[in-house]
Order: sequence, then C-alpha cells, then structure tokens
Amino acid sequence: MKRLLFVGTTVAVLATGAVAWAAMDPIAKRQMVMKNNGAAVGTLAKMAKGEMPFDAGAANLAVRVLYNGSAGFTSLFPEGTQTGGDTEASPKIWEDMAGFQAKDDALAEAAAGIIANPISDLDGVKAALGTIGQTCQGCHETYRQKNNG
Amino acid sequence: MLIRIISGLVVLALIGAGAFWLLTMPTPLAATDLPDHEPDVANGEYMFYAGGCASCHATPDQDDPLQLGGGLALPSPFGTFRVPNISPDPDSGIGGWSAIDLVNAMTRGIAPGGTHLYPSFPYTSYQRIKVEDIIDLKAFLDTVPAVASDVPGHELPFPFNIRRGLGLWQLLFLDGEPFTPDPDATDQINRGAYLVTGPGHCGECHTPRNVLGGLERDRWLEGAPNPEGEGTVPDITAAGLANWSASDIAYALESGFTPDFDSLGGSMARVVRNTSQLTADDRDAIAAYLKSLPDAR
Repeated sequence: MKRLLFVGTTVAVLATGAVAWAAMDPIAKRQMVMKNNGAAVGTLAKMAKGEMPFDAGAANLAVRVLYNGSAGFTSLFPEGTQTGGDTEASPKIWEDMAGFQAKDDALAEAAAGIIANPISDLDGVKAALGTIGQTCQGCHETYRQKNNG
Repeated sequence: MLIRIISGLVVLALIGAGAFWLLTMPTPLAATDLPDHEPDVANGEYMFYAGGCASCHATPDQDDPLQLGGGLALPSPFGTFRVPNISPDPDSGIGGWSAIDLVNAMTRGIAPGGTHLYPSFPYTSYQRIKVEDIIDLKAFLDTVPAVASDVPGHELPFPFNIRRGLGLWQLLFLDGEPFTPDPDATDQINRGAYLVTGPGHCGECHTPRNVLGGLERDRWLEGAPNPEGEGTVPDITAAGLANWSASDIAYALESGFTPDFDSLGGSMARVVRNTSQLTADDRDAIAAYLKSLPDAR
C-alpha cells in the first residue's frame, strides 16, 4: 500500500511537471533550463572549492544535466520572445541565430567530451568546470544582457 | 557704427578662440620627469592583465589576448569609438612610442605630438597607476607580436569629433592625482583600492556619468546604465554586494561564476579573462576593498 502510494505520488508529480512544462512559454522554459545549468555548475563548483565532498557520480551527472540543457536550447528563442517575462536574452540572439547556436554547440561539445571521458577525481572536476565555464562566459558575453543587479 | 560692431565681434571671437586654444593646450610630461626605474617585464605582464588591456585592444573574433591589433567598436552615447592597435607594430601600433609616451597617454590623455585622446581610453582611472607600473607595462608591450591592422576612425558627430575640445573635458575630469592609500585602511584594502581605481578601471562602467560623460565620483561604483547599450551595470559597493561574501566576489573574478552559479556575461566576461590571471591575494584584496565601500543608501 505504502509502495503504491509512493508510485502514485511519483507519477502525479511527474505528470504535474510534464503538464507545467508543456504549458510554459519559451521564456519560462529557457529560464528553467538555465536554472538547472546553474544547479549543475554549482555542484561542480562546490566540489572544486572544497565546500562539498568529491563525488564522481554527482559530478558526472551534473555534466549530463549541462549536456541535456544544451540540446535544443536555441529552439526556446522563437521570434516574438525577444521581450517579456524578465528575459535577459540579448537582441543579438535574433540578429545572429547561427552565432548563438555555435555557442550552444560549444557547451554541448565540452560536456560530451567529459561524458566520453568521465570525471574520476577532484582535478577532473576542476578541469571540467574550467572547460564548461569558458562556454558559459563565451555565450553570456554576447547573448545575455543583465536588466538589473 | 556697423564696422565698430563687426570689429568688436571679431575681437571677441579671437579672444574666445585664443582662450580655447590656451585652455585646451596639451601639457605632457617630459622624459626627464620619469623616475629612474629599471623596467620589470614580468610586472608589466601582470599590469597588462590588471589593466584589462586585451579586453578592448585585442583583435576581435580571435582568442589570443596578445594579438593587439585593435578594431573593436565601442558604442557610447557620444558615438562609436574604434579601439586602436597597441601592438609594437611601428606603423599601425605603438612600436614607435617610448615609456614617456605611454605614461602621457595613460595619465594625461595625450598621444605623442600632443593629440588629445578620447576618454573611451580610461585615463581618468589609469592616471592613478604608479608611473613605475606603466614603465613596466611598456616594456612588456614591446615583447608581444607586432600586428599590422587598418583600424577605421571613430564615428563621432560634431562637436565630439573636435579632438582639441577634449582639452576642456580633461580640465574638468582629469585631475592628474596619483593613487593615495587610505592611512586608516588595511594594506589589503589599499591594495584592492589601487587595483580597482587604477588599472582595473572598474569605475568606468560601474560608476554613473554626468551629461558631459564625466564620472560622478560621489556615486562611486554604485552602478550605472550600460554605456554600450541596453541593460544596467550593477552596484558593486558593499550595499550592492550585500548578498555576496568576500570569497564569492573573489571566486567570481577567478571563475566568472556568481554565488548562484550564473556566469557573468557582457563585457564582464572579458574582465574575468583578465582577473582570472591575477593572484588569489589580489582577487581577495579587490573583494575586501569592495566590501569596505560605504553603504550610501
């Protein structure tokens, strides 16, 4: 009974999540992807800084989250979503979608490289953070603008 | 009568032109004003990163910070500036400059020959850099590759295209004062203050400007509209960084990641490429100084 309740709750939570995702507009979706990326980077960074014990499983999972976040990410920037919903997307995205896609591809490639050769020690975490961090900055430099703060 | 009025006007115009001429006269330092200092190339390289030279002067769309061919377009409310070549190329760069020429450019806003430089080159901050550090920087700049480039001129409307007029701007906003440490502050905070106000030129974007483009120094580092376009540049005083610990600030300058693991973007991404090259002690000093800035609100 307890088990059934657990399964039922899990299915309900997943279904709610799915419905919410489908109902979300592209701006909310891309903001959620970025929040996920931030959480994944945070996992790596906290390990690198010694604020969290090294955990190969968690580190490699974080890289997979980042890889998934890059997949189809640019499709969340259709025409008409240049403004609204506190978007911090720069107008340059729509002026140069190919350039924006190249930045997304850079993250995908960096993450895929680590997935192919998984992190096995703390130095691996630091190296991964450096490689991935470059791609974050590389894209935010041109395609993200801060509205306030 | 008419002749007297006309001649009166002509005399007034001549006096005005003469006053303008005198007020905008460049006053460079002479080579003999420089201290006796043996250039330290390694410190010059460090100053290159502390000063963020590559952020603007590196050739755009390539990754080598030492390809200093210039050409980046810097939009501003006054028009678009084109960053010059500072590689040692004798024709398109500054290979022909001596140490005193770089000192005059960075602390007086004057190029060799007495030409006024536009304050898009942040000499209002660089004037606080120790002369010895600039001499070292010149020695380092002499070691990087010469790059030939053909940088187009600034695209500025009248009256901003009259370089001589910059002399007036410099009278208003360039005080020529070196950095003075605060005797009541710790050595660490003073080191951070030097890096932030001098070479780091953080105030150029993080401090608001008045209508003439001069820094509002009584609103030091309190944030400002983005000079390059949309959005804002954040407040980095203790108030603006209330949710950041000193180690959060130092880590952001090292890695580009904020406390919630967003990645710094815009021109700050370029800044991090420089601050990541500094020593951990210097990043900590910058953080300590920013956290020490009074809460104005």
